[in-house]
Amino acid sequence: MSLEWQVLCLDTLDKEPVKGCFGSGQEQTYLDWLLQAWGQTVIVAGAALVVALIVGALIGTLRTLPGNPVIARLGNAWVELFRNIPLLVQIFLWYHVLPVLFPLFAQMPKLALVILGLGLFTSARIAEQVRAGIQALPRGQRYAGMAMGFTTPQCYRYVLLPMAFRIIIPPLTSESMNIFKNSSVAFAVSVTELTFFAQQAGEETSRGVEIYMAVTALYILSAFAINRIMAYIEKRARVPGFVATTGGGGH
Amino acid sequence: MNKHLVALLVAGLAAGGAFAQANDTLAKVKSAGKIVMGVRESSAPLSYTLGDGKFVGYHVELCERIVKALAPAAKIEYTPVTSANRIPLVQNGTVDIECGSTTNNAARQKDVSFAFTTYVTEVRTAVKVASGIKSIAQLNGKSVATTTGTTSVALLRRHERANGVDFKEVYGKDHADSFLLLESGRADAFVMDDNILAGLIASSKSPKDFAIVGETLNVEPIAIMVRKDDAIKKAVDDQIVSMIKSGDLEKLYNKWFMTPIPPKNTSVNLPMGEVLKGLLKTPSDKPAEDFNAKK
Repeated sequence: MSLEWQVLCLDTLDKEPVKGCFGSGQEQTYLDWLLQAWGQTVIVAGAALVVALIVGALIGTLRTLPGNPVIARLGNAWVELFRNIPLLVQIFLWYHVLPVLFPLFAQMPKLALVILGLGLFTSARIAEQVRAGIQALPRGQRYAGMAMGFTTPQCYRYVLLPMAFRIIIPPLTSESMNIFKNSSVAFAVSVTELTFFAQQAGEETSRGVEIYMAVTALYILSAFAINRIMAYIEKRARVPGFVATTGGGGH
Repeated sequence: MNKHLVALLVAGLAAGGAFAQANDTLAKVKSAGKIVMGVRESSAPLSYTLGDGKFVGYHVELCERIVKALAPAAKIEYTPVTSANRIPLVQNGTVDIECGSTTNNAARQKDVSFAFTTYVTEVRTAVKVASGIKSIAQLNGKSVATTTGTTSVALLRRHERANGVDFKEVYGKDHADSFLLLESGRADAFVMDDNILAGLIASSKSPKDFAIVGETLNVEPIAIMVRKDDAIKKAVDDQIVSMIKSGDLEKLYNKWFMTPIPPKNTSVNLPMGEVLKGLLKTPSDKPAEDFNAKK
């Protein structure tokens, strides 16, 4: 089977090749559309990642607060709620069910609903990692903070969280890459992102193989870019001598 | 062995195999004693499943009758196909005859052959009766639903660019989803093939609340699909012509479109359109492009 990459340069209406591959004015080529769809994917995934990091860090921290079992239990309930429902079902709930139950959601732009759905789903996973990171710290760290006369917020701010976040950078990297890939479910609720483009353009051009290859390449590129950014952060934030960063063992 | 020789041999074998297959579906069917029929799972009432590997519908029954006339001894093997894989499966010989809801258009005619058109669908608009919308022009600035992966998406785009109107498109991942968008008020209209709209409305909670309105956006001839340059096309065409002459085709149409059909025993209630009536008088396998003047 021969590949025809020319398909990306076709106009989306009359299927005529466009010079230079990019349409001008009213014209739109499949390449234009592909890049537009990529933009949607980046917006959904990027915004959802921000939501997930903020909410996840907050919930994860709350779950480790000493002497406050009610808050910790609320945090646990949050995690279980979002972790035990399939992502696609959650997206449908946000898009179709919540606006009917709560008028507030009906007024929100639908893109925001999808971002919230994807972000909160991932926040549960990040909350779990944050909790694990904090609990992985030796107990002595918390005691040291208390001995310094720190209040609980100060103890978290200056002693526990800086180390905990460094520990969990590797799983956070995976989670950030996952959110990019998971954003493909957004096509089910009418977000015109990469997967939507693949389905639609594949059908219109009958060149599904080329279209899917292009889309796959962009997913890989996006996820790998996140991976590199996180690797850079991990390297810059490293505290020499703490956390077994090199895998070279022993204390 | 010489590398070129091997390449030549392989190419020759492939080509020979392809030719042997391409020209002789009927001979293949007779010698194998079975025919593989490509069917759809949810293209009611043309071709759909009742579960348990049972497939029914207007086109399925039509094909069953044609096969019975052409190769009475052959066993029919039903293979579900999708919009995305139906053409490759017919091309590579997995499916011998596709009896689904495939639009006959010029692009596809390069890859496969179509029998005489046996159904015509018109792309129209379903709205809520209460909305008072009567024509496409009234949809300017409104949200319009359609289904991802269908020709209607491109149709809306063309209509927007040609007439300078602005739709807010919303896309359902399947027809049921798109209809939910209309039902829940997320969309003011749902643009799709009329038979699909009629089917969805018929099986909705309150069919009275919906109406199919407005001008026809596009006419699409739907036909049985077979391999390109294959003797089977002529044989199928002949059968269709004889069924038209005997009035069996119209009876078959009325059975699937005008009377209650399984699984819900509701009627689609879609009388035969003018275009199809004309085509029954002069059968043809013209592609969709010939029905829709370029705007």
